[in-house]
Amino acid sequence: MRRIVLALAAVILLVGCDRGPEWQTRYIGGLMPELQFRLTDENGQTVTAAAYADTVNLLFFGYTSCPDVCPITLGQMRQVLDRLPEGMADQIRVLFVSVDPERDDPESLRRYADFFGDRFVGLTGSREQLDTLTRRYRTTYGYGEPDAQGNYPVSHGSAVYAFDTQGRAQLLIRGEDTIDAILADLIRLVQG
Amino acid sequence: MQTIDWGYLLTPYQFSPVIVGVTVVVLALYIRGARAAAQQQLPVGFGRHLAFFAGLTLCYAVLHTRFDYYAQYMFFMHRLQHLVLHHLGAFLIALSAPWSVLALGVPVGIRKRGLRPLLCNPMARGLYRVLQHPVVAPTLFVGLIYFWLTPSVHFDAMLNLRLYHLMNASMLVDGILFWWLMLNPSVQHAAVRLGYGRRILILVLITLPQVVLGAYIALSKQELFDIYALCGRAWPVPPEVDQQLGGLLTWIPAAMMSVLGILVVLRMLLHQEQAQSEAPNPTAAEVDDGDSGRIRSTP
Repeated sequence: MRRIVLALAAVILLVGCDRGPEWQTRYIGGLMPELQFRLTDENGQTVTAAAYADTVNLLFFGYTSCPDVCPITLGQMRQVLDRLPEGMADQIRVLFVSVDPERDDPESLRRYADFFGDRFVGLTGSREQLDTLTRRYRTTYGYGEPDAQGNYPVSHGSAVYAFDTQGRAQLLIRGEDTIDAILADLIRLVQG
Repeated sequence: MQTIDWGYLLTPYQFSPVIVGVTVVVLALYIRGARAAAQQQLPVGFGRHLAFFAGLTLCYAVLHTRFDYYAQYMFFMHRLQHLVLHHLGAFLIALSAPWSVLALGVPVGIRKRGLRPLLCNPMARGLYRVLQHPVVAPTLFVGLIYFWLTPSVHFDAMLNLRLYHLMNASMLVDGILFWWLMLNPSVQHAAVRLGYGRRILILVLITLPQVVLGAYIALSKQELFDIYALCGRAWPVPPEVDQQLGGLLTWIPAAMMSVLGILVVLRMLLHQEQAQSEAPNPTAAEVDDGDSGRIRSTP
């Protein structure tokens, strides 16, 4: 019995120690599959993750008519990119995936993404493509009831997934993470 | 009125060959075993069959249908899923004492060369004895609930598919083991004598930490499990409502399952007193020759 307790304690200690230097946002290395998708870009062309493989990628799900979470989150990313050391922003992309393909055509996606900056890429896809991608990153989305004008809310995840240049999921950035924390982690991610 | 799309509801959210495989094998073994038992005039009883199929169906339904989608994206649905796996489904399966039937369903060759050596293996028996220890089993039963509800652990389990499956499997297996210890008709169990009185004591004791945890979650002012907001909920429910419902489901039905367990144990106690002088039921003696407590269903 004592031997079992000791063995368990050893396992817990080992698991507890198996961490690199602390990240300031949520580290998710090894928990999620690598970046992979087939979607439609702002030109209406089919793209895969390979097209963006040369940079660190920040993946975020939303929709352009989103009143709060999307503009706030993308604005936050914009602030972070602006504060990066010279030239570093070129090594990062923000992939904004609209889960509302009904309303978000390539043109409106382009306008929306350009508003935040040239490092922002608007993407969307068929329901199947979106389902495959959201399932892969264990997130979901759904549509609410339309109002008199036909506008409807869309529920979606609020997290930003950060992938390194190898396409490995590394961080989950949450709304409550500070700009400083995100900045420090992104610099570390770009520097590899 | 909308028609219900059963095909959609029964299609798994994420197809798992392991869940399908295990379910098919267990079902096949059980049906074969039940046929063999009927041929050999071994009474199993309709109630036991019913309990087994109900338990198995419930567990499958929460793991491998559209239910699983809601369990992944709604905290209270996740609590409902674990209530079935750890409490209700496991309870029904243990209540059906299916081991003798399952063993009868194993093809003779495998039974001789695979099952019997495994059941006689000192390592396997030792492990089983540890897991069924009257202190270890309830500690593990409650400990697993606390472990998977530790916010950081819960976060990882909800993000990583393998951990998610491990979490669900551990809840089901541990649930069956625990309830088997409580509901086994035999008092002499895995070399540990666990009388009905002590079982009732254990069942009372395990409610306390579950009530504390459920109440803590339900009454907590802060959002304990932010993973559901991060990943998006299945439908728009305020986070605090989701958490309160989840806490209540951890709190009340879990405690009620203990009450149900106590009732079953009391009934066994009553039967034991009534049947004190009668000969033991021969059901399981045919299946194993008394070389293991594992597949015995009656004393």
